[in-house]
Amino acid sequence: MGPIGENEFFFLMQGLKWTVLLAIVGFIGGGIFGILIALLRTSKTKVARTITAGYIGVFQGTPLLMQLFVVYYGVALLGIEVNAWIAVAIAFTLHASAFLGEIWRGSIEAVPKGQTEAANALGLHYVSRMKDVILPQALKISMPATIGFLVQLIKGTSLAAIVGFIELTRAGQIISNQTYRPLLVFGIVGAIYFIICWPLSHAGSGLEKRMAKAAR
Amino acid sequence: MTYTFDFGAVLDRAPELLWGSLGTLGLALAGMLLALVIGILGVVARTSKSEITRTLVIAFVEVVRNTPFLVQIFFIYFALPLMGIRLNPTVTAVIALGINGGAYAIEIIRGGVESVSRGQIEAGFALGLHKADVFRLIVLKPALRAIYPSLTSQFIMLTLTTSVCTSIAAYELTSAAQRIESDTFRSFEVYFTVTAIYLVISTLMMGLFALISRHYFNYPTR
Repeated sequence: MGPIGENEFFFLMQGLKWTVLLAIVGFIGGGIFGILIALLRTSKTKVARTITAGYIGVFQGTPLLMQLFVVYYGVALLGIEVNAWIAVAIAFTLHASAFLGEIWRGSIEAVPKGQTEAANALGLHYVSRMKDVILPQALKISMPATIGFLVQLIKGTSLAAIVGFIELTRAGQIISNQTYRPLLVFGIVGAIYFIICWPLSHAGSGLEKRMAKAAR
Repeated sequence: MTYTFDFGAVLDRAPELLWGSLGTLGLALAGMLLALVIGILGVVARTSKSEITRTLVIAFVEVVRNTPFLVQIFFIYFALPLMGIRLNPTVTAVIALGINGGAYAIEIIRGGVESVSRGQIEAGFALGLHKADVFRLIVLKPALRAIYPSLTSQFIMLTLTTSVCTSIAAYELTSAAQRIESDTFRSFEVYFTVTAIYLVISTLMMGLFALISRHYFNYPTR
């Protein structure tokens, strides 16, 4: 058995850096495409609704690990030379866009219909109606679920380890193999995820309770 | 782009994919049952008079829900042998899935039990119903109906999560896919096909759950 010293801890922190970066990129990229998906999913065009419904269905009906594998090897087939980091980031962006799109579709539909009617009566165009009236309210409604998904996404980045990308969990695996202290190492790794995720989960459910109270 | 797809190499291994799918279904089913047992026991323990028991249940739920399943399964995989328990990877995977799903089930079931109002139970007794009938008709059935949608979607998520069990070489679809990949080098074709199989599995499960719901919970609430 080897000790868990400064070097090992530093290696884990390097892994953590990639976990956080991956989650941030996935969340921002997924957020941008997610809004697009949500708008198409709630649009008047039937084709757009059907296609986005299918897109969401595929991502919600298949394992994240498989999505990672398919995108990882699919990008390579396109003949573009990309490193593992880009491929994995694309996969998480697509994954997040489907889930956030579905969450935001729900919250757009939860905005009272009178708001849309009032915006129409004021003569607002689609862009202005969405940007200034519907989306700000929908965003507020979606906050608990959006934070909940962010936690899912952070935990989900651990699967990049199976594809071979060195983030926190993969770094833990490597240290565990070197030091033969799996319980200690995975205990530390688990604790790091917990320290990141728990405050977020707590904030999300606190927000949910406060909003439920306010709605009463 | 000069790549030519070769799905034939994957389809040649169809029997393996079929057995892998059955492995996935078995893993998911066993995991769900264990999760349900842990969920019910956890809800009972959460109403215990002992504060330590209640705190332990809450801590269990929070820890499991805020750490990745991959880290949990690695931890359990290495922890069991140190406790003198030697199991094959597939059984270890069932335990990990049960513990993970159990934590979510505790939260879901607790919500359902809390949704049954006190007045309804009193009304049941006032109508002269037996205690067993009150529990079955007034507590259990409405509570089941209330938790059914979230519990079943959690089960589908658990089924998709079984793919992570490949990391400890449990017997299921993703590990079958990885074996085929390393033999044929048709990475994209293998994972594309297997992703489609997962989609079929989860769609069928969704249909089945909807069918059950329509059959058992199809009564007016007002």
